[in-house]
Amino acid sequence: MDEPLLSVRELTVDFVTDSGNFRAVDGLTFDIPKGKTVALVGESGSGKSITAQAILQILPKQAKIGAGSIVFNDPAIGDAVDITGLEAESSAMREMRGGRIAMIFQEPMTSLSPLHTIGDQISESYLTHIADDPAEAKIHTLEVLERVGFPDPKRALNTYPFELSGGLRQRAMIAMALITRPALLIADEPTTALDVTTQAQILDLIKKLQIETGMSVLLITHDLGVVANVADEVVVIYRGRVMEAGSRDDLFRRAQHPYLQALMRAVPRFAMAEGERLTPIREVTSEVLAHAQTPERIAPAGPILQAEGLTKTFTLRSGWFSGKVRTIHAVNGVDLALPTGKTLGLVGESGCGKTTVSKIIMRAMNPDSGHVLFDDGTGPRKVHELEGDALTAYRRNVQFIFQDPFSSLNPRMTVYELLTEPLRIHRIGTSDERYERAKQLLDMVGLNQRVLRRYPHSFSGGQRQRIGIARALALEPRVLICDEPVSALDVSVQAQVLNLLKDLQAALGLTYLFVSHNLAVVDYIADTIAVMCRGYIVEEAPKTSLFRNPVHPYTQALLAAVPDPDIDRPLDFEKLRVGRFADPSQWPEPFRLAAGEFGSMKEIEPGHKVRLGTEFVREAA
Amino acid sequence: MITFLLRRFVTMCVTLLIISALVFAIIKLPPGDFLTNQIAELRAQGESASVAKAEFLIKQYGLDRPVWEQYLVWLGVMPGQNGFSGLLQGDWGWSFEYDRPVVEVVGDALWLTLLVNFAVVIFIHLVSIPIAIYSATRQYSIGDYIATFIGYIGLATPSFLLALILLYYVNRWFGVSIGGLYDAQYAGEPWTWPKIQSLMSHLIVPTIVIGLGGTAAMIRRMRANLLDELGKQYYVTAKAKGLTPRKALLKYPFRMSLNPFISDIGNLLPHLVSGSVLVSLVLSLPTVGPILLSALKSQDQFLAGFILMFVAVLTVIGMLVSDLLLAWLDPRIRMGGGR
Repeated sequence: MDEPLLSVRELTVDFVTDSGNFRAVDGLTFDIPKGKTVALVGESGSGKSITAQAILQILPKQAKIGAGSIVFNDPAIGDAVDITGLEAESSAMREMRGGRIAMIFQEPMTSLSPLHTIGDQISESYLTHIADDPAEAKIHTLEVLERVGFPDPKRALNTYPFELSGGLRQRAMIAMALITRPALLIADEPTTALDVTTQAQILDLIKKLQIETGMSVLLITHDLGVVANVADEVVVIYRGRVMEAGSRDDLFRRAQHPYLQALMRAVPRFAMAEGERLTPIREVTSEVLAHAQTPERIAPAGPILQAEGLTKTFTLRSGWFSGKVRTIHAVNGVDLALPTGKTLGLVGESGCGKTTVSKIIMRAMNPDSGHVLFDDGTGPRKVHELEGDALTAYRRNVQFIFQDPFSSLNPRMTVYELLTEPLRIHRIGTSDERYERAKQLLDMVGLNQRVLRRYPHSFSGGQRQRIGIARALALEPRVLICDEPVSALDVSVQAQVLNLLKDLQAALGLTYLFVSHNLAVVDYIADTIAVMCRGYIVEEAPKTSLFRNPVHPYTQALLAAVPDPDIDRPLDFEKLRVGRFADPSQWPEPFRLAAGEFGSMKEIEPGHKVRLGTEFVREAA
Repeated sequence: MITFLLRRFVTMCVTLLIISALVFAIIKLPPGDFLTNQIAELRAQGESASVAKAEFLIKQYGLDRPVWEQYLVWLGVMPGQNGFSGLLQGDWGWSFEYDRPVVEVVGDALWLTLLVNFAVVIFIHLVSIPIAIYSATRQYSIGDYIATFIGYIGLATPSFLLALILLYYVNRWFGVSIGGLYDAQYAGEPWTWPKIQSLMSHLIVPTIVIGLGGTAAMIRRMRANLLDELGKQYYVTAKAKGLTPRKALLKYPFRMSLNPFISDIGNLLPHLVSGSVLVSLVLSLPTVGPILLSALKSQDQFLAGFILMFVAVLTVIGMLVSDLLLAWLDPRIRMGGGR
């Protein structure tokens, strides 16, 4: 057996802060064999990114490597080097950093400088490590851009990161890491910020390049689905310690450690049985909720909320110097119906218009055409024509849960103020009653009443999201619009919040519009699913029929691209490589839509509708 | 690009037009002006020659006409006594206090003001940027605390006080008078090499005195900006690439942190003119600041109006320059569409 490329032995990393010391990595030991992919799996705060930073010696100032060794056995040099013995700013360490060990990061937007062209940033690696020759660097940059799949490498040289999509930015990052042909690539959550189809393409690319160059990959992720698809070996860490390590097959088929087992149970999967419940690592229980009763209200005859023919376009002026105006069709003729007490899942990739739809429903934005109907039991009324008391009542009835639990809570307000603010705005109750209500709300979301006087910064992401949910519930709404409520959370916490939303729905008779890009999550929570692409609803069906029989090519691509944490159901990279599923003019007949065309929805089985191009419909008729 | 410049030029003209109206209105607001006061005085004394002169001036500049007509004449879009003759034609008016054309009164002061301001801006940037980089990269070190402390002192010291102190001690220790912008013997002389040398050596103290407050403020802001940028992901990327610390710092976070300062250039100019009046008085610098002050006090309308317009033009041009610089430096602004 070959010596491993990198061996980490008994590594500890300590943080020295004003509020005391804290050990982020605690006696970590693992190996990265040559040419293999090792996945480092754990929740946020488990020390996985810190480990990567320790390997490159780019730790934050407060962090110090306490003990242990990181032995790098570079095949190009032949001698093994203990990285912990090198000074962080020594030239030997700098040679290694970016030259022999390269790293790509989670956020392709923020990891590239917005002020420098892609070509400049990629060739910089080459100039630093290989040869100080701009002409040669340019040739190699073009070549590496080609290899990572830039459609037009020449043009890409002079583009800026903000001109590129997330997927292309991540490809540029990969190009930057690979131009020096490193022996080890550290990928820190390389696909977390990307859409599923893009994620599949990037994973595929990393795999392909690994085969080409023979490098090893250290993949840091919290997504077991990704791990199941690309890793050779898996190291599960929790609080800076290895919980379990071994080959992928071993771990997925015979998970030994309770932590890993728990982690696996917490991930929503497609093959889940009807009514099966996720098991979060830390379950939330609520006294109030167990005895809560659905408020008695007149049920509407039809759907409680309905959108008909919503259309919205935005105009953008690009740049100061060009007078060019671009029109973006964000929402094209969207029809939706929310039946009382049910969940409608709205799925789509970033930029497909799903957030715009939810904003129009909230009346935070006016549609260009079409309308939203709300029925509180007295008959449907157009939301965008409501005024005065009727509008206030609508606002009480429809509340919003935001994606980012960090920026959606005012950091200068206590939990008590946050929870009672909606009540104060709507002038509900005396201050004593509001206080009681706040306590009740906290209990509903499984938080202790003692936290009322605390500020948001002292809570974790999951707890903050629960505070956000409690705030949305303060006014006893009938409809909750959840815009990606779990996409910023860890899997374990995600399960917790999803279960909470399900329990709340059962107890309070809520209706949800659940917006998400994650099909598995939507599958878990929704009754009906609408798939959105480029502002069109392309397919809408009850969830069982959508997953059993996806008809639209875009839905199929979306389903195929979700990595399942089940090694018997690998991603079909071949199929996803083909191409452009997100371009309506590239869809095969009968789905093709010409520019500006809306097409029409056709019912293919009860409740299952698919958008077809007008031309095809006309021919058929 | 061309359309952008044209659009900017039109907005600049409109802005200046509005400013000119405001300036004129504000100068005219208090009752009585230099001339009417003087005429009243002359009439009381009964000196007919002076009265005749004053009345000639009233006719000349249309002071007996309605205010809006006076404004249009001043601007040069309405014929006055001598046809079209206003700011637009390059006739800046008559200073009643000095009894000379405005152009002669301000004369050298205009470009000396520009010179002093230019020196101050350069000084501020030269001194504060290295200190700020040092402070930010070594946050909470002794050096950072010292720089911060000095910065606070710089912020808190009134510049005219510093000017007085320097004036006294430099004279006492070196026997040099640092007042004025050149030695007294050169006053009114044509510009010769010795005079320029004298100007250069006299420029040092005013530059430091006027620039100190700005430098201190700039260090604080630059440090904060840079600290923000140092926490950004792209800086980690640059380090992970194996760049030397200096190159990683200067190429990425430093360049990002410059934006606010470039957009500040436009604001800096008028601030320096009005802010340095006291210093100019104390150090008897022949800049427009003190002239403006006395013109405003005596309601010498054309002189005050001209200087205010001059400052306004400087500001508007400064804004344009900073916008163009920003667009040149930051592709996101140049091409837009980015977040």
